Amino acid sequence: MGGVGEVGAGSLRDGPQAKQGSGTHLRRLEGSMRTLVGLLTSNQALLQLEAARCLHELSHSEQSTVAEACLPATSYLLTYLSSHSSDFIELCLYTLGNLIVESEAVRRQLLPQGIVPTLAACIQSPHVAVLEALGFALSQLLQAKEAPEKIIPSILASTLPQHMLQLLQPGPKLNPGVAVEFAWCLHYIICSQVSNSLLIAHGALSTLGLLLLDLAEAVQRTDDAGLELLACPVLRCVSNLLTEAEVETVGGQMQLRDERVVAALFILLQFFFQKQPSLLPEGLWLLNNLTAKSPSFCTSLLSLDLIEPLLQLLPVSNVVSVMVLTILCNVAEKGPAYCQRLWPGPLLPALLQTLFLSDTEVVGQSLELLHLLFLYQPEAVQVFLQQSGLQALERHQEEAQLQDRVYALQQTALQG
Amino acid sequence: AAEAAPFRFAARPVRFPREHEFFEDGDVQRHLYLQDVLLQVADVPEKPRVPAFTCQVAGCCQVFDALDDYEHHYHTLHGNVCSFCKRAFPSGHLLDAHILEWHDSLFQILSERQDMYQCLVEGCTEKFKTSRDRKDHMVRLHLYPVDFRFDKPKKSRSPASPGAGTQALAEVQGNSGEQSEGDAMEICTEPVVASPAPAVERRTYSHRSVPDLFLKHVLNAC
Repeated sequence: MGGVGEVGAGSLRDGPQAKQGSGTHLRRLEGSMRTLVGLLTSNQALLQLEAARCLHELSHSEQSTVAEACLPATSYLLTYLSSHSSDFIELCLYTLGNLIVESEAVRRQLLPQGIVPTLAACIQSPHVAVLEALGFALSQLLQAKEAPEKIIPSILASTLPQHMLQLLQPGPKLNPGVAVEFAWCLHYIICSQVSNSLLIAHGALSTLGLLLLDLAEAVQRTDDAGLELLACPVLRCVSNLLTEAEVETVGGQMQLRDERVVAALFILLQFFFQKQPSLLPEGLWLLNNLTAKSPSFCTSLLSLDLIEPLLQLLPVSNVVSVMVLTILCNVAEKGPAYCQRLWPGPLLPALLQTLFLSDTEVVGQSLELLHLLFLYQPEAVQVFLQQSGLQALERHQEEAQLQDRVYALQQTALQG
Repeated sequence: AAEAAPFRFAARPVRFPREHEFFEDGDVQRHLYLQDVLLQVADVPEKPRVPAFTCQVAGCCQVFDALDDYEHHYHTLHGNVCSFCKRAFPSGHLLDAHILEWHDSLFQILSERQDMYQCLVEGCTEKFKTSRDRKDHMVRLHLYPVDFRFDKPKKSRSPASPGAGTQALAEVQGNSGEQSEGDAMEICTEPVVASPAPAVERRTYSHRSVPDLFLKHVLNAC
């Protein structure tokens, strides 16, 4: 099996680990790279594979000089993405992904070498392993600091977005490993805010909304660790997309109207609570964005009896508390009809409890909620007073950030 | 009354941009997951072995004991092969370009009047008068290597007597060390096959291509 060649490739692999950083070392690396590229592009299939593995190993180096030494190989790595050997393609993609992270010089070369159209062609592969590797490489490319200006526009102009969304369609053909990669890719694109309207036009909101429903179902079926890896980027994508102007003004398909999303979200919040509490803020972020401007999503919260489960999250952390209280403010702000359904109930006792905390932000948000509650549901004031509400307020009347609001509430309570 | 001072709450959707610290926790988990994935990829898996078998393609005698190796061999060597000169290419796209530019007389004729040499980079639609111009474009615009293996310039051949033809062909085949390494048919390494075999192969090879040379000669003479 080309014994000499194999030994040669093997020693190349070990070589660079030796003396790092010296000028001779780099020159030697250059010479070795010429040999390696020669092996990579030979017709000796097994040598080719060996050379590709060697290159892949080099790509793991944390030194950008080593990544840059691999520059002569990149045009070939890209060329081989159009070949038919799926194992080889997979290896090339992981190598490219690693090189992309390590060096801006590599990225500066890969773009004119046509990496975007090449990936757009390669994403049509039916092989799951290839797709997962492609998603990985793309996700690395999208995280580059120059991505918003130099990379994302050409990706959005290609057929990649449509294919990515297709790979995120829920159903029997959805592969979780593949979906994870492309969900993260979408997240990096969306949070860069280059042209999210394009993604919305491609149906991103409805696809991702359906995917959320699917995830909630999956989470109830299996105890699968790992679903949060997919849930996290999907939640981020939807949350950010909901802030786009189109979503508010244009009706129909482009908006997320499906109220099952609220129920699904609560199932995910429950799941996070048990498996990964650090992701609770991400789920609550979506709930905020859903309820902020939408009376119907607020109604869903109420009619699905989700206020109490929401309140149960208060003790988790200050960040979570602030978000829970903000969401409740979203509901209360919608007016008397909404506040009527917030009280009586567990809300007031929970608020009285939060007033005994010391975190300024948490208390501040509680004060805002109290204000709305008193405004639209004045009967609550009496109960507030009976349950030592004034004493709770007094604790904060010296705090600079809270003073004015504490005073205002005290006045309302005493007059009411 | 809702937003009356000193109260300032206003319901609004929140947007988090790249790099926002809100994403830290989720990002860490993603990073840890990837590290696991990459470790798995780097680990060359124990290939499932099968009883040794030979490649069935005529003239190839490589032996394999793992199906993945055979798959790669097949695609690399027997996949996109030029039926004229037996060169193997990594993709159908490059093979098509090669056949057009090396073996299509109509292409030669047309290229005298219009730009026919298409840029080989995926997504680029530029065309050029000569392969040299195309190479310049690929090097300057697309940062491709000057010696890109799949864009060898066609060597001009001396006009024909069959003897000279065969020699010119041998030149084309085994020209620079690099080229022969890349383009030669896979030489059998199994001791089972007798050593004269490669020479026999080469003669058959040149025999098939001589008519092409004659055609060129005829066209040139007209």
